[in-house]
Amino acid sequence: MSSTNDDQSHSAGKVHCGAEFYKDKTAGLAEPGDFAALGESAARSAKKVNELSAEIPGWQDWRQTAHEIKEYAISNLDKLLVEFERNISARGVEVLYAKDAEEANRLVIDIAKKHNVKNIVKSKTMVSEEMALNHALADEGIRAVETDLGEYLVQLADERPTHIVTPAIHLSAEDCGRLFADKLDEPYTAEHKELTDIARRHLREEYLKADMGISGVNFAMADTGTIAIIENEGNAGLSTSAPPVHVALMGMEKIIPGVEYLPIFLHLLGRSGTGQKLTSYTHLIHGATPGRKMYLVILDNGRTNDLADPNTRSSLGCLRCGACLNNCPVYQRAGGWAYGWVYPGPIGSIITTQLLGFEKAGKLPFASSLCGACSEACPVKIDIPHQLVHLRKRIVNETSSVSKLAEGLMWKGWAFAMGGPLRYRLTMKAVRIGSSLAKFLPWHPLQLGAWTRGREIPKATGPAFRDRWKKKQKQQK
Amino acid sequence: MIKQTSCSPSKWEYPKYEPGDPVALFVPCYTDQFFPEAAEATAELLRRQDIPVVFPEKQTCCGQPAFNSGYWDEARKVVRQFCDAFEPYKWVVGPTGSCAAMARVFFEQVDPEPRIAEIGRRVCEITEFLVEVLGVTDTGASYPHKVTMHIGCHTRRELGVVDPCHTLLNSVRGLEYCPLPDIEECCGFGGTFSVKMPGTSLSMGRTKVENVIASGADVLVSPDSSCLMHIDGIMRRDPRAKHIQTKHIAEILVANE
Repeated sequence: MSSTNDDQSHSAGKVHCGAEFYKDKTAGLAEPGDFAALGESAARSAKKVNELSAEIPGWQDWRQTAHEIKEYAISNLDKLLVEFERNISARGVEVLYAKDAEEANRLVIDIAKKHNVKNIVKSKTMVSEEMALNHALADEGIRAVETDLGEYLVQLADERPTHIVTPAIHLSAEDCGRLFADKLDEPYTAEHKELTDIARRHLREEYLKADMGISGVNFAMADTGTIAIIENEGNAGLSTSAPPVHVALMGMEKIIPGVEYLPIFLHLLGRSGTGQKLTSYTHLIHGATPGRKMYLVILDNGRTNDLADPNTRSSLGCLRCGACLNNCPVYQRAGGWAYGWVYPGPIGSIITTQLLGFEKAGKLPFASSLCGACSEACPVKIDIPHQLVHLRKRIVNETSSVSKLAEGLMWKGWAFAMGGPLRYRLTMKAVRIGSSLAKFLPWHPLQLGAWTRGREIPKATGPAFRDRWKKKQKQQK
Repeated sequence: MIKQTSCSPSKWEYPKYEPGDPVALFVPCYTDQFFPEAAEATAELLRRQDIPVVFPEKQTCCGQPAFNSGYWDEARKVVRQFCDAFEPYKWVVGPTGSCAAMARVFFEQVDPEPRIAEIGRRVCEITEFLVEVLGVTDTGASYPHKVTMHIGCHTRRELGVVDPCHTLLNSVRGLEYCPLPDIEECCGFGGTFSVKMPGTSLSMGRTKVENVIASGADVLVSPDSSCLMHIDGIMRRDPRAKHIQTKHIAEILVANE
């Protein structure tokens, strides 16, 4: 699998998410190769988190409570957003709304131009990835540097994150050493401490020369008008406080009703994301410090599609902890890029599909065996596999293509064949003949060929159960 | 009855079984055709508990393949056929956790008609029925082999049926249980998933096979023949796993070796 660092992938307008998954049909079998390290690392993280949470007696109650708080917040988003805006703007923060990525980019660029900004430091924000903000800024001649270590590495490599919490999970220490040698002219090293020292030294200069800092928002508390940003590296603290202007980017679903509801999410997010009891830093920002300017851009970008669908609405409660990615056997093998956009993994298959629409992302909900490891791990109990199946239904009903036409006919035929015992018997006779002949054929058509490349087809060794049963009943009489 | 979600299935509230109540045997389509021994063992397990067993001949399929593929209109037709077949029976039991989950958890999503959801909720997986409904903890079987077990994800996470499988397997005389590493992981079958994304599915299946080999078992059992079909299909191609047999758990629970 190759990285999708070409220009196409940066603009949501051209992506066809999930196409990567279908390559294995034509280009041989997708073996875990490139992403073996990612898969192992994700699985290790999942195990650690699952062990940690199993030790907490109230874990399931926490999840349920968090789920209900998010459910309440999402159902009352209209009121809570207004309350939040009123409270945070009362302390001098300018609140702006953007309908889509393009509008949000324009708002940020306008702010940057107004303040004559040339250099920006950014702490981790998934919303800015949605906007492809760095590229929009670069087009205006404004330089934005990622300061989260993982994001910094990915930016230096001109790649895209493969994970929402650990963006460079696919890079080894050796990869990082080569990257620093190549891009920063540093002597090669694969020592972790030396690598972080290099990054720290380079990033420190960036903070000092930055005219503006951009951050994301983890939680927005309506009652006090406070935003919470949690992090481990101190880079969000510096990005939001060192430069004279701070722009916070926030998806409109990040609202929680009040500050009293924050602790449970902090408990859940640190543990689910990285297996920490609490992240190293929790910043509560109530407004701009004197002499500095703060803006908050609240983004819709398709979230209202999700809000409008009662069956997937709860996916808006996602904390972006990455637990579902780490636990997902498909993600572990395919890596983040295969999902084609900003949000990979099981939750990405819901969010991306709702945000970008079925035409662009309609393949993603099918990239799951529906095993449910994701929803078991989700700290806010999003019933991911159920939502994926619901989306599959909507995609089947609401989109059309030639291949779908053929598939639809196949299922119609299947429903007819399963519509009565006699039809069932005839169909199964054909299936049995087919499966016993299959091994003599040198080549298997279509999907069957893909199956048999790696697996034997089951053999029917004797009469079907229902025939055996009938015979037995007759003998007993 | 309470609603279940995949997030953490709540304890299912089972109705009380009255002695003499007939049980309708539900046999999934692939089991009917390819694994009839699993269905026969299930019928035998019920008979040994003095339960009258009937096999409604109108049954065909639970509708899950179309449901999971997004073709709910087609699934609904088959779900109705299922419900017509089983409507007369208070108890429906089968050698499958996955199809039982389809009936119990998903029928109500596919069809708003209350009758459909109600019939769907009658369906039980066989080990679940024996342990949770009848209170059986020993089927009197003996099977002196090294055995490991994979529980399908629908059985594990949608039905929450894990303990009954272990309870009954533990009671089998002579059986040496070999724990399966990463037992909770999906085998990669996922029905049409294995057809739509055969490469990813195969990679997951191979991991499962590695773990089965690592367990040291000679026999892999499961409450789901569908997972076994997938895992077995891969093991037949792997020289290190060719000696490992796959069997439905019901076959072990009636064994007398």
